[in-house]
Amino acid sequence: MNSVTAKNIIKTLLYLLLIGIGLAFLAPIIIVLYNSFKGKFYISDDPFALPNAGTFSGIENYISGIEKTGFPAAFGWSLFITVFSVIAIVLFTSMTAWYIVRVKNGFTKALYYIFVFSMIVPFQMVMFTMTKTVADLGLDTPWGLIIVYLGFGAGLAVFMFCGFVKSVPVEIEEAAMIDGCNPFQTFFHVVFPIMKPTAITVAILDAMWIWNDYLLPYLLIGSEYKTIPIAVQYLRGGYGSVDMGAMMAMLVLSIIPIVVFYLSCQKYIIKGIVAGAVKG
Amino acid sequence: MALKKWFPIFVLPTLAAFTIVFAVPFILGLGLSFTEFTTVLDAKWVAFENYIRAFSNRDFLNALWFTVKFAVVSVITINVISFALASLLTKGLKGTNLFRTVFFMPNLIGGIVLGYIWQLIINGILQNIGVTITYDAKYGFWGLVFMMNWQLIGYMMIIYIAGIQNIPTDLQDASKVDGASRLQTLRHVTVPLVMPSVTICLFLTITNSFKLFDQNLALTAGAPSKQTAMLALDIYNTFYGKIGWEGVGQAKAVIFFIIVAAISFAQLIFTRKKEVEQ
Repeated sequence: MNSVTAKNIIKTLLYLLLIGIGLAFLAPIIIVLYNSFKGKFYISDDPFALPNAGTFSGIENYISGIEKTGFPAAFGWSLFITVFSVIAIVLFTSMTAWYIVRVKNGFTKALYYIFVFSMIVPFQMVMFTMTKTVADLGLDTPWGLIIVYLGFGAGLAVFMFCGFVKSVPVEIEEAAMIDGCNPFQTFFHVVFPIMKPTAITVAILDAMWIWNDYLLPYLLIGSEYKTIPIAVQYLRGGYGSVDMGAMMAMLVLSIIPIVVFYLSCQKYIIKGIVAGAVKG
Repeated sequence: MALKKWFPIFVLPTLAAFTIVFAVPFILGLGLSFTEFTTVLDAKWVAFENYIRAFSNRDFLNALWFTVKFAVVSVITINVISFALASLLTKGLKGTNLFRTVFFMPNLIGGIVLGYIWQLIINGILQNIGVTITYDAKYGFWGLVFMMNWQLIGYMMIIYIAGIQNIPTDLQDASKVDGASRLQTLRHVTVPLVMPSVTICLFLTITNSFKLFDQNLALTAGAPSKQTAMLALDIYNTFYGKIGWEGVGQAKAVIFFIIVAAISFAQLIFTRKKEVEQ
């Protein structure tokens, strides 16, 4: 056997290995997908069996799942809260970060460290007191949640924007100021456009976090409004048995938007998440 | 610059939101951990009693031990597997982007949804021996480990790939010219240069493991009888499941915060030393 065929054999084995692992990664999603088309009493019996003439139930699970959870409304609230919270975070924290870096004094330095500090504090530390404070102020509504997310997202976002602003030469801004721009105009005409890569990173990281967040919206608005994770968890209910059919259908419906989002901006997502990990 | 007096526009919105949802609740929480309360306003000073009660609470100690075990096993398995996959995908094979896409995808799925996906899979497997995931704590434990691996391997792999691709090939060539063996090159060139990625990945997996909540709630919800409840879930149960235990819940939360903060600092200091400036 010569070395070329040996190399080819190794290459083929590597591919087979990768394909095997790839299938193992996809399997759980595929299994949930075909179970969503089985009658609800046949799912737990044998989750790995494909639907057949006896167990196939068409879109029945989807209909009952949507009825039970109010999925379309949950999707709407998830979208509303995610989009507006991300806009608020990107807009306000980038302004704050610019101010912190450009106005150098003891106060802004302290602010910076307090924001960074908040990144290492687990949610449970403030869970109870935050829920009370927010409810007392009447912010326990979908609109109020945007302010809540701005507060919780500030740490990472300020940190990342500050890191970027430090690398922006101040001369460009000074030129704009001399040309008669006030700080507000300078920021939006000159600084923010340069910040765009960091803004995309922050937006993606925060969108993934807020879209998937369960506990915070559950505690603040869960009794009146459902986001997608709340709707899924709602199916589990109290102590009764879970409608597995509806559950499978809702899992599929929850995964679809994520997959669509991922495949349409995969490049930005992977880049953004790596950048976020490296800096966070 | 005239920027300074623009504070109300540039800083105030962020600072106000941050103060309401984080700074005030954080300080309140710290203070309330030394009191007995049910509604914040009726707090009564009890000094360290909540902490004593927390540390003599069997559920809490069990959750602490369960979380530590889970974190150790997950950190090792996730990092070993994702590093192996990263080295496989940086060997110059064609079509690796497709694999990267597939391996990374589970990371974007939320914890609640992940938990129910894996509940189906694990119960399906356990059916062969006639039990479900909530039958014994060991099933819940390994279920959580598998789920966590599935979720985080792709994420860590991407970071390792970025780290491996950052190694200048001329450094490896140079060590070969100098007569270093493959193992020596790995030990003295590749490993020190990949260290920053290792720092990041260890840090991310360990804090993610410690803070796990959604997945835990959806997969087992702590069953059987709270044996698989991790720290975050135990704190939640203490606050919202037991009347009169709010102070203890807050004390547990402070302990939880100190553990997470200590890990973050220790990890950073420990691995920064081993990094090499390029």
